[in-house]
Amino acid sequence: MIAALALCLAAVQHPAQPVLVWGGDAEGGAPFVEADPADPSRVRGFDVEVADRIARGLGRSRAQFLQVQWSNIDQSVERGDFAIGLSGVEDTPARRARHAVTLPYFEFREVLAVRPEDANRIHGLTDLRGRKVATLGSTIAYDMLLSARDSTGLIAVSYDDDVHPYSDLVAGRVDAVLLDHIIAQRALRRRGGTGFVILAQPVAVGHYVGVLAQANGALRDSVDLVLRQAMRDGSLERIFRRWNVWDDSQGTFFQSVLGTDTAVRTSTTAQGSHVLAYVPSLLRAAVVTLLVSILSMALAVVVGLALASGRVYGRAVLRVITTLYIEIVRGTPLLLQLFVIYYGLAGVVRLPAFLAAILALGLNYAAYEAEIYRGALEAVPRIQLEAGRTLGFSEFQILRLIRGPQALRYALAPMTNDFVALLKDSALVSVITVVELTKQTAIYATNIGSWVVPGALCAIVYLAMSLPLSRLARRLERRWRVP
Amino acid sequence: MSDLLRIDQLCVRYDGRDVLRALSLQVARGELVALMGPSGVGKTTALRAVAALQAFDSGSIVVDGFALTPGPVPPESRLVPLRRRVGFVFQAHGLFEHLTALDNVTLAPRYVLGRSRAESEGIATTLLTELDVGARAAAWPRQLSGGEAQRVAIARALAPDPPLLLMDEPTAALDPARRSVLGATLRGLCQKGRGLLVATHDAEFARAHADRVVTLTAGQPESPSPRT
Repeated sequence: MIAALALCLAAVQHPAQPVLVWGGDAEGGAPFVEADPADPSRVRGFDVEVADRIARGLGRSRAQFLQVQWSNIDQSVERGDFAIGLSGVEDTPARRARHAVTLPYFEFREVLAVRPEDANRIHGLTDLRGRKVATLGSTIAYDMLLSARDSTGLIAVSYDDDVHPYSDLVAGRVDAVLLDHIIAQRALRRRGGTGFVILAQPVAVGHYVGVLAQANGALRDSVDLVLRQAMRDGSLERIFRRWNVWDDSQGTFFQSVLGTDTAVRTSTTAQGSHVLAYVPSLLRAAVVTLLVSILSMALAVVVGLALASGRVYGRAVLRVITTLYIEIVRGTPLLLQLFVIYYGLAGVVRLPAFLAAILALGLNYAAYEAEIYRGALEAVPRIQLEAGRTLGFSEFQILRLIRGPQALRYALAPMTNDFVALLKDSALVSVITVVELTKQTAIYATNIGSWVVPGALCAIVYLAMSLPLSRLARRLERRWRVP
Repeated sequence: MSDLLRIDQLCVRYDGRDVLRALSLQVARGELVALMGPSGVGKTTALRAVAALQAFDSGSIVVDGFALTPGPVPPESRLVPLRRRVGFVFQAHGLFEHLTALDNVTLAPRYVLGRSRAESEGIATTLLTELDVGARAAAWPRQLSGGEAQRVAIARALAPDPPLLLMDEPTAALDPARRSVLGATLRGLCQKGRGLLVATHDAEFARAHADRVVTLTAGQPESPSPRT
């Protein structure tokens, strides 16, 4: 009867849509969602089977998967890209406040992973004072680490994927990883059971849910009915057993869900308090953005000047080398360079994330700066350089007294432009765990389920940094202008 | 009069074409020699070769005892004695646009001769005043007229006190009255013992002010004529 009711509700909700479109992130991998090795055009995983079970329960012909970045599932479902998001989506108060969320269908444990030699010393977050603890950004675990930061003094390190936290743990870049036990166990299996250990005592317990658009409450209720039915008839248990994620605690959890008439409804928090709560972290992130940008630009100017000098004054071999550097760096994505410097070089030199970020940004922008300086140097009329020679100046004196000062004026405007661009490109360094302004904003937006306020705040902070810079450049240009 | 500049059988080729063929001439101290000829005949090339801004293929150039040999232009470090002997005034003057007229003239005494700032400014002010542009010392190059810029460029070239001054088309931007003033200025420099080699296609100016005229035709000099 319940299934029939669900079918009717679904038919009313989507009369012309026999397919249930659901969103998930296959990059998250098994056992949640992964590309099927036998047919990579298809996906498999327990969330795939849960989606199939929901589609069947709703009377849809099938479930159709739509790939979406994990951190964007909430925004995409609200945009109407798909009906339901399922991909290890966590049950949080903020999510329940902003979206229609299903009842929890899986209980996970937040567990700490540490290196074997630390297993006797570290038993919980309180033992990690001053140590780096990695996790996935925009998760309950990350929020827990941020809360623990003030009380325990640990250093939270955010990642965009759930593979590198563990490889960095083994490499010694971080001291612990806090993530769902499913992810931790998968990472340990991938490493053949060595490299780190998972602490038995969980730090917390969380739940996976389906997320729907806030206006889609009716469909959510139908999905809840299907999930309850799947818990009762054992089909959900069979799915989890097939993917080896079932244990006794799930049975107890199912009983607790079925014992309540309504899903676990966590209290919501007003958005206003979130704004105030996140302002300090946004300002901290802005300082990181500013520091990364200033130090990267300083490096870019120094290396850029050296490269430009090589191109303008160097012998043929040096000109070829500098040209090659410039073309390779300009012709490949900055993102790739960040990965190569941080992860690719890890076997040779294990750079701290902040230093790797400055190196990658600085060396990338140096290529662009070099071309600006070369253009500026070559814009100084040749006759002035010859006049300098006939007066007896050395090449270095000509550069210092005649060519350089004029080239600097020509280069000032494009340099300012580059610095403003760098300020914004610094957002990319979040992929190597540096939490800067855009990353912090994304975390904030994910937590409250909206980009409006965080986006506006972020834009204001970026403008507050870039506008004074443009004004300073204009003032310098005016002061240096030759009548 | 002893030769300040001696050019013998100077040849310059560009892309297999003779730009200058067997040019020979001398400039003595206190002498103003005009190098004449139509455009493209190699007047500027000859001056640039003497100032070691341009390589030459054969022949020889000796400036007050310092010899330049055929082949690539030597590095600046080997040209220091030449730079002390030769000043160059370009046709388009080539003033340093980020510096005032005074600073244009001050730069070489300060940083090449190592004079103090006050001393260098003294030299520059004297030269600018002698050349009748003392009142324009604070002006920027773009604020100067063609004639003023020309005289500032002369002052700049004279600031390191070279015995030989090379000038490329100095009258190109001047009206007849200014040409006459410039001629008198150049004669004044000669009277102080400098030698001047002036490339020009201005026959009237050459006749009025040069001690000798060397006329180039298709890369070769015609017989020199005395000043009229």
